[in-house]
Amino acid sequence: MPVAAAPRTPHAPDADEVPQRKLYRSADGRMLGGVARGLAGHLGLPVGWVRLAFLLLFMWGDGLGVLLYAAFWVFVPLGVGGRTGHRSFFETLPDGTRRLRKPDRGQITALIALFIGAGIFISKVQMGGASGRYVWPTLLVGAGVVLVWRQADNARRAHWSTAAGRHGRLFQVARALAGVALVGVGLTVFIVVRGSAAQLGNVLTATLAVLVGVALLAGPWLIRMTQDLSEERLMRIRAQERAEVAAHVHDSVLHTLTLIQRNAEDVSEVRRLARAQERELRNWLYKPEGTGKDEAEEPATLAEAVKKTAAEVEDHHGVPIEVVVVGDCPLDERLAAQIQAAREAMVNAAKYGGEGGPVQVYAEVEGQTVFVSVRDRGPGFDIDAVPGDRMGVRESIIGRMQRNGGTARLRSAPDGGTEVELEMERAANTA
Amino acid sequence: MTEAGGSAGVGETRRVRVVLVDDHRMFRTGVQAEIGETGRTGVEVVGEAADVDQAVAVITATRPEVVLLDVHLPGGGGVEVLRRCAPLMAAAENPVRFLALSVSDAAEDVIGVIRGGARGYVTKTITGTDLVDSVFRVQDGDAVFSPRLAGFVLDAFASTDAPPVDEDLDRLTQREREVLRLIARGYAYKEIAKQLFISVKTVESHVSAVLRKLQLSNRHELTRWATARRLV
Repeated sequence: MPVAAAPRTPHAPDADEVPQRKLYRSADGRMLGGVARGLAGHLGLPVGWVRLAFLLLFMWGDGLGVLLYAAFWVFVPLGVGGRTGHRSFFETLPDGTRRLRKPDRGQITALIALFIGAGIFISKVQMGGASGRYVWPTLLVGAGVVLVWRQADNARRAHWSTAAGRHGRLFQVARALAGVALVGVGLTVFIVVRGSAAQLGNVLTATLAVLVGVALLAGPWLIRMTQDLSEERLMRIRAQERAEVAAHVHDSVLHTLTLIQRNAEDVSEVRRLARAQERELRNWLYKPEGTGKDEAEEPATLAEAVKKTAAEVEDHHGVPIEVVVVGDCPLDERLAAQIQAAREAMVNAAKYGGEGGPVQVYAEVEGQTVFVSVRDRGPGFDIDAVPGDRMGVRESIIGRMQRNGGTARLRSAPDGGTEVELEMERAANTA
Repeated sequence: MTEAGGSAGVGETRRVRVVLVDDHRMFRTGVQAEIGETGRTGVEVVGEAADVDQAVAVITATRPEVVLLDVHLPGGGGVEVLRRCAPLMAAAENPVRFLALSVSDAAEDVIGVIRGGARGYVTKTITGTDLVDSVFRVQDGDAVFSPRLAGFVLDAFASTDAPPVDEDLDRLTQREREVLRLIARGYAYKEIAKQLFISVKTVESHVSAVLRKLQLSNRHELTRWATARRLV
């Protein structure tokens, strides 16, 4: 299928960007063990060429191709990639029906080459001759081994992908059994050919006896070993988890408690430490990935940005800030400006209105509009009475919003607290 | 909800019998002390429980008006208590009402107990005055929403924006949305009433309607889920 290994475009998705060029066997789109496709991916050659090379080596190199292939199969680990897109024997037509995919030219060529090769091989070996007697059993055994080995590959691949359905599993078992049967038949034929048919019964009995003996001796030990192995793995996972929790608690909670003991007189400092710790622990407990620690990362979405900003202001000014976010969207330039304005509002609220209780921040994304409200329950102030040279509210909040195409409203009542409402349309190009 | 705190307690002689369910003894003691500190109120703790079985037994025995229920409990959590006390909640006379009181503000916890039948949800950072006020409000049959809870509800209803059937049942009306938004912004019920030029009673009925829809949407979602999978 040379089509699949078309020249690589620099912007193709990850399948083409191999970070370190390590040789893997390809699990996708393989015919046997994925050796040829893996090699092709590694060398940057069309997979058809590699396959042809193996075939030629097989036919005229006295079976060297088979040996090489087998060696690669055994020693190269199975990997992903080496193929773009999924192909099956069926294709879905635009009207929704499925039909057999037309085989492409490369496939047909490969098949023809295979048949020709097989023909040459068969004609070269004299079937009736003395050596020919061994050829068939060897082929049988080979086929059986290939089947079983491919089976092992599939088992490994099943680890990565989601579990195959019932149907798939049955098929796998059938294939493994077929492989074993092939090997068995091949070996039996070997023995029969070497000796005489009369001895078949004796040989079979002896083999059976040896097998049963080995099973009896080694069976319990094998079972015990696999059980121990899985149990050990479980214990290790548990220990790892516990270690992680312990490390986190040690790094953050114990550390903070020590700080609190040392600063017991400074109420606001104690409160600040406790709040920060509570926030971090919550993050860590309720976020699926346990990503509480990477605070250095710049937030990519509005919700993250609002929470991060609130956390920073809270840490800085020691006033609790309650954040409620409804909906979310990616952050763009305008929203970044809105967040800046909101930060200014939060700082003001924390500075002047912090005594009245927690500052409340509410952000909502509704369609294209993003609304942020910052509210405190402080003494409030008269915005018209603020002298003209005080630029905090006028420039940092109202001016910034207007420059970026948004609006800001301020409502403040004596004893009623202050509320800042910021409204901004999202940039049109962000989907 | 600070402002509204005064209105319920002062000068009134109403009494509320409360059962406290929480697996931390320290916290139960703390809540008792907080409630006691407010003094003027008639909140009386008639029973305590530390796990699900105890809670069900104590609630059945004492028949309180309000249960302060922790979300995380040994033996199945607050949701389990709600499930087993469902007949008490539905009782025509002296129904038991539940107010969830939890340190967790994870969305699934909050929405879970509300759908289980709790009449409100407050976090453990709440002040004593606000807590007492919330208890009174729950006793009256109203719903108590913290700003965070209101946020979750808005989020939950926004994400199921295109329901195939039961549109009028599952959707929040424009007014209910507005009320919830104001709650999420930290307004007290009284302030909301002033802002929207409606009475406090109307605000409360809007909030109760939201609560009912939230519980209903559970059932409808379930039906929808089952129908989609051809289970019914």
